[in-house]
Amino acid sequence: MRNTLIICQKELRSYFVSPVAYILLVMFGLIFGFFFWNALGYFVIEGMEMQMRGQMYPLNLNEQIIRPLLQNVSVVGLFFIPLITMRLFAEEKRTGTIELLVTSPVRDLEIIVGKWLAALALYSCMLLFTAVNFAFLFKYGNPDWKPLAIGYLGLLLQAGALLAIGTFISTLTKNQIIAGAVTFGVCLLLWVLEWVSGYESSTWARVLAYMSVITHFESFGRGVIDSKDLVFYATVIFLGLFFTARSMESLRWRS
Amino acid sequence: MINVKELTKRYARTTAVDHITFEVAKGQIVGFLGPNGAGKTTTMRMLTCFLPPSAGTATVAGFDVLEQSLEVKKRIGYLPETPPLYPEMDTTEYLKFVGRLKGLSGAELEKRVDYACERCAVADVKHKLLGRLSKGYRQRVGLAQAIIHNPDVLILDEPTAGLDPKQINETRDLIKSLAGSHTIILSTHILPEVEQTCEQVIIINKGKLVATDSVRNLQARARGAESIVLEVAGRNSAIDAPVVQEKLQRVSGVSRVSCKQQVDSRAVFEVESDKGKLVRGDLARAVVEAGWDLNELRPAAMSLEEVFLQLTKSEVPTEKAAAQGGQQ
Repeated sequence: MRNTLIICQKELRSYFVSPVAYILLVMFGLIFGFFFWNALGYFVIEGMEMQMRGQMYPLNLNEQIIRPLLQNVSVVGLFFIPLITMRLFAEEKRTGTIELLVTSPVRDLEIIVGKWLAALALYSCMLLFTAVNFAFLFKYGNPDWKPLAIGYLGLLLQAGALLAIGTFISTLTKNQIIAGAVTFGVCLLLWVLEWVSGYESSTWARVLAYMSVITHFESFGRGVIDSKDLVFYATVIFLGLFFTARSMESLRWRS
Repeated sequence: MINVKELTKRYARTTAVDHITFEVAKGQIVGFLGPNGAGKTTTMRMLTCFLPPSAGTATVAGFDVLEQSLEVKKRIGYLPETPPLYPEMDTTEYLKFVGRLKGLSGAELEKRVDYACERCAVADVKHKLLGRLSKGYRQRVGLAQAIIHNPDVLILDEPTAGLDPKQINETRDLIKSLAGSHTIILSTHILPEVEQTCEQVIIINKGKLVATDSVRNLQARARGAESIVLEVAGRNSAIDAPVVQEKLQRVSGVSRVSCKQQVDSRAVFEVESDKGKLVRGDLARAVVEAGWDLNELRPAAMSLEEVFLQLTKSEVPTEKAAAQGGQQ
């Protein structure tokens, strides 16, 4: 546990000492800000139109702003995750510092979990930006906070799963760009897999759709915790970290 | 302290380390010598638990590198070929990070960081980013990192590579001063380094152990047949080298005599005798009785360089190589 924290702290430091963390945070903040502004704009227009028509449709901040925005965050996250994970192991392998870590009295798993936690922490910081935007909704309206909290839980789980995959891919190469590109490809694929369910309903299509990380986010976005989705994310996180451990081991047998 | 038995590392196509066996006693400095690609780094990596051996065993301080790797890692300080530095950290921060990884904390950690900085002469770059340090400083920070947790064993992979002559000397002195409290294995392909710093040498070539002995014994051993250098001078007159040569040749036990140089009334000869025969006294007597002066008589010591070249000459078995070297 102590070693995990030492590694995690070191990783976080190197994110925040270099421009990496700030660039990611600013870019994510900008993109999310734009989404938020858009969603709010639509919401206001819609509200005015309804008033003009004299309809008294219940306008719901949760349904009309928070839910689609969380959905957006989960997709935008896909693009940022490779940027967070690509350096985790690739950089250590390139500079040879991996030799220091591996020859220290630290278990492989402690190194891996430490790095993964650091990546998750950085992603959480990005989510904080979105929380600043949502705070305005609470100031000027009264949305329900529970679905929002559950949405965040879903986002963290989804990111945890993708970050675990990214961490694994980063152990496979010395080249950050390769690690990033492959992770990006995999993330994208895991998103679009869901599309097959649009025109196919065979068992294969259902399996493919099940593997898509986005499908499992839907219920979280609605503010519902489904144990099926929890299990899915937990499994992917576990498998990702497990393969990372195996890959680190094989690194030694091969190199 | 270190016990290696039949250690082997095989890769898909090559055998990097082939059944190496050696022992290192506590507090010794051992030079690990071999041409590039001989398997030095691989062996060191196996000792530091970075690579698992394919066969054979290695124990450090009584702990097996494969079975009890955590215990081994606690007792080893390792400086890889390129110092494992994080360019975005400064020296103190880096040493603290490594110290914590090795299990230090609190006041003890602060103390060890200061100690390592002072010992490795990096105190003046304490707050400089590692990425901005010169090669010499990087190497020394690497060394500081290796000694931070006061390990029993230090494994240093080419600690002087890429340094300038002054830094090389400083680093060697530093390593020498660390011996005693630490057992040190250092690898190098620079021979004078071994002659200057190490007590014992392990020579490997193409993954195989070629020799393991003290520096002194190794020089003696490779000499094979005893060879003697002697300088003879004529009294007041020039001397005739062939005549002296013939005279020396007749001394019993002498196998070969060659004239190395002749200047005015002095000539230098190299005399080789059969193994195990002491001919020095007879030689001296022969020279003096013939009326010449004997200016010098000494065993021809071989530099480690020659020993090394002989031992690592591939194809030719060691014994033969030694004999050949002696005859040239």
